[in-house]
Amino acid sequence: MPVSVVITVDARACKKCGICVEFCPKAVLESGPFGEVLVTRAEACNQCRLCELRCPDLAITVEGG
Amino acid sequence: MAKLKPLTELRKEHFHFSRFPTTYCPGCGIGNVLQAVTRAIDETGRPPESFTFAVGIGCYGNIGNYLDFDELRLSHGRVPAMATGLKLARPDLNVIAMMGDGDATAIGGNHLIHAARRNIDITAIILNNHTYGMTGGQYSPATRLGDYATTAPYGMLEPAFDICKLAEGAGATFVARTTTFRMVQTIDIVRRAIEHPGFALVEIDSQCPVIYGRMNRWGDAVSMLKKQNALTVTLEKAKTMTPEELKGKIVVGIFKQAVEPEFTGEYYKVINRVRRPQDAS
Repeated sequence: MPVSVVITVDARACKKCGICVEFCPKAVLESGPFGEVLVTRAEACNQCRLCELRCPDLAITVEGG
Repeated sequence: MAKLKPLTELRKEHFHFSRFPTTYCPGCGIGNVLQAVTRAIDETGRPPESFTFAVGIGCYGNIGNYLDFDELRLSHGRVPAMATGLKLARPDLNVIAMMGDGDATAIGGNHLIHAARRNIDITAIILNNHTYGMTGGQYSPATRLGDYATTAPYGMLEPAFDICKLAEGAGATFVARTTTFRMVQTIDIVRRAIEHPGFALVEIDSQCPVIYGRMNRWGDAVSMLKKQNALTVTLEKAKTMTPEELKGKIVVGIFKQAVEPEFTGEYYKVINRVRRPQDAS
């Protein structure tokens, strides 16, 4: 059963430190040309929510599923 | 561990999210600690109004701007002293003393050990980023031997404090260490510390990528976290290692958990014993 996961990055709170991109175990996220976080493989997300937990700025949310 | 609350709800309930972005450097571990502490408060099931934060000076001193909790903003190092006063006046409050490594062990070292000795029911969360980040990276008592700081341009000559051993020796009844990388464990340990009846100290090893990381060529937040994780050893594994192997390692786990007479309770016992009936209000 496909689950729909919505990953949102709050552009105002995000400081582009890259922690979520580096430590995502499923490589769902990527850094854009300006360091911004891009959600490129949302279908691979298993909702471990480590990005949420490790984000120092509470900027990334994983919802749905 | 209970199921994680959605972050959007956490933001709404415990943070002033409209004031974000925070003034902290990109990748700073303070945000992780705030998230861990608020999630732990949620998991205890106690009402948020019953919590009061006592914060000192340092980068940490700004957390009141972002947290939707009662807060005492105190002078440098006096957090355990003021928290003791608050707890004695209002024993119904859950007092959380948030300190940095310099705040807790250098300027407020005396207050910290005596609060631990009294075993007063305060939860001390010490964020150890191994430096004075706010003032530009001077060395603190928790700077590792040989590491560079603004005031140690040729490397730190003094060995670092082991904050957990210090607290244990001083008489704290709950002592634990964890890191910002191990968030699930951090939430669990902070929850236990809050629920513990007595002085609970949790040292959270954190990254300071912009000040400490650059000074020591540790790189950005990502490489600092990788290095921190590589240095981390669990308490179970540490027991099988020799002291030489453990040098420079970050041992995580709960070192002490004991139930002993708590100061607030003993204090009110004395009050009730000596108070004359006509003085009772």
